[in-house]
Amino acid sequence: MLCQFNREKIVKRWLTTWNSQIGLVIALLVTCIVLTFLRPHFLSVANLTNVVRQVSINGILAVGVTFVLLSGGVDLSLGSMVALTGVAAAHLAHPGGYPLMVPVMAGILVGAACGAINGVVITRGNVAPFIATLGMMTVARGGALVLSHGRPVSNMSPAMTRIAGDWSHIPIPALILAAISLWAAWMLKNTRQGRYLYAVGGNEKAARAAGINVRRVKFLAYVLCGALAGLAGVVLAARITTGQPNAGVAYELDAIAAVVIGGTSLSGGLGGVGGTLLGVLLMGVIGNGLDLLNVSSYYQQIVKGVIIIGAVWFDRRHQSSGKE
Amino acid sequence: MALVKRKMGNGVILEAHQVSKWFGGVQALRDVSFKLRRGEVHALMGENGAGKSTLVKMLAGLHVPDTGEIRLNGQRVTLRSPHEAMRHGIAMIHQELMPVPDMTVAENLLLGREPCGRLPGTIDRRKLKSEARRLLSLLEAEMPVDAPMRTLSVAGMQTVEIARAIGADASVVIMDEPTAAISEREVGALFQAIRTLKSRDVAIVYITHKMDEVFKISDRITVLRDGLHVATDEAQNLDEPQLIALMVGRKLTSLQVREHSVPGRCVLSVKGLSRAGAFRDVGFELRRGEVTGLAGLMGAGRSEVASAIFGLVPADEGTVWVDGSEAHIRHPEDAMRLGIGMVTEDRQQYGLVPLMSVCQNISLAALNTCCRGPVICHASEAEVASQSIARYGIKVSHAEQRVNQLSGGNQQKVVIARTLLPEPEIVILDEPTRGIDVGAKAEVHAIIAELARQGRAVLLISSELPELLALSDRLLIMRQGKLVTELDPSTTTQEEIMQYAMPI
Repeated sequence: MLCQFNREKIVKRWLTTWNSQIGLVIALLVTCIVLTFLRPHFLSVANLTNVVRQVSINGILAVGVTFVLLSGGVDLSLGSMVALTGVAAAHLAHPGGYPLMVPVMAGILVGAACGAINGVVITRGNVAPFIATLGMMTVARGGALVLSHGRPVSNMSPAMTRIAGDWSHIPIPALILAAISLWAAWMLKNTRQGRYLYAVGGNEKAARAAGINVRRVKFLAYVLCGALAGLAGVVLAARITTGQPNAGVAYELDAIAAVVIGGTSLSGGLGGVGGTLLGVLLMGVIGNGLDLLNVSSYYQQIVKGVIIIGAVWFDRRHQSSGKE
Repeated sequence: MALVKRKMGNGVILEAHQVSKWFGGVQALRDVSFKLRRGEVHALMGENGAGKSTLVKMLAGLHVPDTGEIRLNGQRVTLRSPHEAMRHGIAMIHQELMPVPDMTVAENLLLGREPCGRLPGTIDRRKLKSEARRLLSLLEAEMPVDAPMRTLSVAGMQTVEIARAIGADASVVIMDEPTAAISEREVGALFQAIRTLKSRDVAIVYITHKMDEVFKISDRITVLRDGLHVATDEAQNLDEPQLIALMVGRKLTSLQVREHSVPGRCVLSVKGLSRAGAFRDVGFELRRGEVTGLAGLMGAGRSEVASAIFGLVPADEGTVWVDGSEAHIRHPEDAMRLGIGMVTEDRQQYGLVPLMSVCQNISLAALNTCCRGPVICHASEAEVASQSIARYGIKVSHAEQRVNQLSGGNQQKVVIARTLLPEPEIVILDEPTRGIDVGAKAEVHAIIAELARQGRAVLLISSELPELLALSDRLLIMRQGKLVTELDPSTTTQEEIMQYAMPI
């Protein structure tokens, strides 16, 4: 009896999640079908592998910033953090140096530290997240330039570059993204921190009145977001085999765009990792399709912008009509 | 032209004809008729929740009546926005004044009606200032028109708002508790401004709780109670006791007086609690098994005291003892750890997370009880939620339903369920029955009685005197930030409570 009740509930819950994302799934499928007709090469294993490899870094960043957006904040410093953590990791990844764990953990920790600074400034200093992370964007970029003396940090150990390689034909960055996403989805649904993120983003005053430590919840969101930016920085450094102080410019915008396309509300409290992944994939597939169709990268930017606005516009109309 | 129209005698200018208004399942106004004559000051009186604000908001275009109509000069008008009301010459001076703080006095005064400069789209700043000076001089107010609005006192801002109404050629000015936040001397200036308006044949609707003012300034008085029109009369035909008798006298129907119990030991005591601008030197005790009522008018500081005890907005000074030891409560977390729970006043703002499910809203404050470490056990959460839903009779289609789809009464029960889930020994309820229907009210009353029977200490804040009289064992009265007296609910009357609660 109880079991059946639970199963019914699980199905119901699954359907409601599915329902909110059905538009995205359809958009993704339609895009794939159209591309397959226009360029049959699209469906080849080589191309699809390429797509998931390309979206991995944006995906890791997008999962991280999902936490922050759910809490009602924003993080504009992701791109700079990617550069800083990439440079930091590359410094520690010279051949014959430290074991692989050291540069990887260094990247993640530097990212987490930047996120922690963001969190402290926002929750203790009451600085608006937009301003605090805008400042961090410049600080982290400057840090990357200082640490690298403005030059790319090259000469990377093969162990490090293998992070961007394949594991039995599957790109390792995509595996990392998959693992991160599974963990994040589980965390949001099954832990107190996850639930509190929704509560704080949904109604901060009510969350506080319910005895939730709002500051800690927000702080942890920024730390997690920073740590994932660090991981993305390590993956990017491995992929381009250098720590580039000028890498990652405007990555935060792509990540936020993917999250928002995925249905997470910019005002917080609504959304999730599933939508974020769909948003990341949709942006990746469209980018890849435009490449295959030989659309110039200048035009691609315009198309990308239009899609972001269009997706959110459609989503808002859908939501407001579904309310009553 | 406008002047000629105004001199047409002492007739009715603005009229609400049998208007009714519902908010959700609650009727705020019931077939109320109200007539405003040219050049009169018409005071609108009644307890909290009597419907005064709803009525004036209809006249000012902030609410549209569900039934009935608004008539201006005998013509039916539909006022859909404050802007539309303003175009018809109806201006409202709000309780919370809404000027643009960084613009100058002159700019605020003529906002939306700036004199044009030589080039299209430009503003003639010299004319702007001279016009502002002219309007202020009509009120005999002296203030620099170049000063930013934020540098003015509340009274100064009010003067600007009144001058603005004159400048917009308003024929009706509505004032919602204009003297709530200004000093004695400034009240004199305000009354002078009101007399100036009167002399220009402007009709004034004046909401206040202050008795002496009503008799000093108003020509006629209308009393509302429970959304009904009770009386309208010339001010000179009424005196203070008569007026109070008209305002109270809410019926006690369907309210059962709680059987009182022998109170246990003191679990919470408060001494010398103060917060600047909110309350001063408040002290009282809460005992087990006892309901302590806290009465007072809006703005008397009741909710502020409760918020201070619960740590939502800590007090500046004073001490709180819980179970005999001094407590340092800076956040609601601290209060909850000490066994204090609070149902906050405004459930939309402080109570619910609207996009979360009923189940998630109920478990929010006690999530640690259905967790293993940081991990939520969904089965035990659902179990806890369904127990609460059954216990408090919350009507839902399923526990996963979004809480904002429920009726007001059921939303309130969700907030109560959440507060009571951690089993607090001390329960603070701030207006727990505001805006919910009669049936839900009775259920909330039963919950409160049950809490006392279980031996918990309850602090009940309410604007409904019959509710306080029926449920409380002791009754504290606050007025203007101070605890003024304690009354015995079994012997006191609504009239006596109001006499203490009314500002002097």
